[in-house]
Amino acid sequence: MPGKTLFDKIWENHIVTSIENGPDVLYIDRHFIHEVTSPQAFAGLEQRGISVFRPAQTIATADHNVPTKDQHLPIREALSRFQVEKLTENCANYGINLYGLGHPFQGIVHVIGPELGITQPGMTIVCGDSHTSTHGAFGSIAFGIGTSEVEQVLATQCLLQNKPKKMKIEINGPLQKGVVAKDIILYIISKISASGGTGYFVEYAGSTIRSLSMEARMTICNMSIEMGARGGMIAPDETTFQYIKGRKFAPQGKDFEQAVAYWKTLPSDPDAEYDEALYFDASDIEPMITYGTNPGMGIKITGTVPEVSAIEQEERSSFQKSLEYMAIEPGARLLGKSVNYVFIGSCTNARIEDLRMVAQLVKGKKKAAHVNALIIPGSKQVEKQAKEEGIDQILAAAGFELRGPGCSACLGMNEDKVPKGEYCVSTSNRNFEGRQGPGARTFLVSPLTAAATAINGYISDVREMLEETVLV
Amino acid sequence: MEKFTTLTSTIVPIPTRNIDTDQIIPARFLKATTRKGFGDNLFRDWRYDENNIPKPDFILNRPEIQGEILVAGKNFGCGSSREHAAWAIHDYGFRVVVSSFFADIFKNNALNNGLLPVQVTDAFLQKIFETHEKTPSMELLVDLPNQLIGIQGTSMQEKFDINAYKKHCLINGFDDIDFLLSQQDKIEAYEKNYINN
Repeated sequence: MPGKTLFDKIWENHIVTSIENGPDVLYIDRHFIHEVTSPQAFAGLEQRGISVFRPAQTIATADHNVPTKDQHLPIREALSRFQVEKLTENCANYGINLYGLGHPFQGIVHVIGPELGITQPGMTIVCGDSHTSTHGAFGSIAFGIGTSEVEQVLATQCLLQNKPKKMKIEINGPLQKGVVAKDIILYIISKISASGGTGYFVEYAGSTIRSLSMEARMTICNMSIEMGARGGMIAPDETTFQYIKGRKFAPQGKDFEQAVAYWKTLPSDPDAEYDEALYFDASDIEPMITYGTNPGMGIKITGTVPEVSAIEQEERSSFQKSLEYMAIEPGARLLGKSVNYVFIGSCTNARIEDLRMVAQLVKGKKKAAHVNALIIPGSKQVEKQAKEEGIDQILAAAGFELRGPGCSACLGMNEDKVPKGEYCVSTSNRNFEGRQGPGARTFLVSPLTAAATAINGYISDVREMLEETVLV
Repeated sequence: MEKFTTLTSTIVPIPTRNIDTDQIIPARFLKATTRKGFGDNLFRDWRYDENNIPKPDFILNRPEIQGEILVAGKNFGCGSSREHAAWAIHDYGFRVVVSSFFADIFKNNALNNGLLPVQVTDAFLQKIFETHEKTPSMELLVDLPNQLIGIQGTSMQEKFDINAYKKHCLINGFDDIDFLLSQQDKIEAYEKNYINN
């Protein structure tokens, strides 16, 4: 019998029972909820007259639909206010811990879980949000669910799930200067397309992945869903243990040592088998940018948009529709293109390391006059840390606007939107039509590329600026 | 959940590939706290201009095109996990979505709401689009018990896959949650022996 993968081990450890020829009943360790995808689930419980089965295993925050300005004031927009109030009311009624607006732990759900030590290796973690895959960076099975499934977890702490297929994506070798985690994942998605991972759970491996910090690993796992994969994960190692150690809800003292001993048993066995395995060389990865309306439409920043002739026949009309929306010609170069909006934030790139990266690059410089540069920290704790490190001062001096935490212009649900027809260079995860506001046109990039673009006022190759900046 | 067995209906084709859930229902319309009414904003930004005037070319605004079956290009429902996408499609009046490939979360969400996702081959999907172009009154027959989809009045039909458990739920109108609630003893027994809680 072949060995087991990291995924197999955790999955098997969480099977309560299996339905013949059907799904498994999978036990869920941690459940995150937020204001947008939970109200209908609570309403469902009410209709059925049942309660929350294990309230201590659900953690709530308000992030998707909150303003990033004046967070201490009541939310101005009535529907948004009602939705956030509904979450507060539901959490109070069912005894669920809520880190709501104003709470020192509030923030984007996928940023706060790890930073509070709630996210741990070997766990099953779900949330009514597709970027739940982020938590897989710790060697957990983490995936997004719909609201009916949120209701199932609230009611039973379990989900009915069919075991997905397994894919390994291995990246080896040192990264070039100026290439960061976001570039790695945009590169992978550009290679396998926005649907290449559908039906799979991905494990990222290889020396390049091993060399990354936890925050960088989270950026990679975060975008697994953008290639269609249900989730992505990385085997826990010393980097993982060091990150978790001492965090608020992490096991402490002897319990921590015991946990580490268990976590060390999780990595895939050397003879484990995958349904699919892909190998990439890190030296081939350059700073990346997307040009179209799905995250698979990515190119090297120095590259050109594909010609129509390079696109397979059946894909052409969708490709052309996409370029029309973006107002970009086939064969065009994006480098040098003027942009008026730069957004740095989202569950992909709003952690302290992302802000540090930006601060190091823009220190002593000034953003181009025509650029609106918005930085939304991932959480209150990230915001606090940024202030303690003086990052807020550096950003303010460079003309960037640092606001309160939330999902913000990543999905344009609150008032942070990119106007119609405008280009936005963004560190978020989706370049779908209208994602950042009706008619908005998004280019997905790394925080370094976003910072360089804000300074120059046009899409830039950050490597040209690195000579004058020392990056850690 | 509403039961589903068979349906014969005209279709609404949208051949675009990679239709993501932000197109199906943009985030700014996710502020409701009930499951009703999302159909009004289905494909909002393709359907209406910025002044909320219907765009005459978009297929949902063409009165001659009606049907309970939505037929869409490959990789339908990718992106966000918002179940609002399945609610919007169902609320608008569709009972079946046909595509040659579905995103995982969307497929689950649809099945949990009595909306049947039918995955066909690329060739069959193309046939449906071509037939509709020539004969917009064409009908599709979707037979869940026999897992068959066919173009009415032709011999063109295909078998489709569906998880046996999900098929059983749809035909009988059962929810996952009913089943899970019936497993409470096993869940509690599991918790007692569990290491990583």
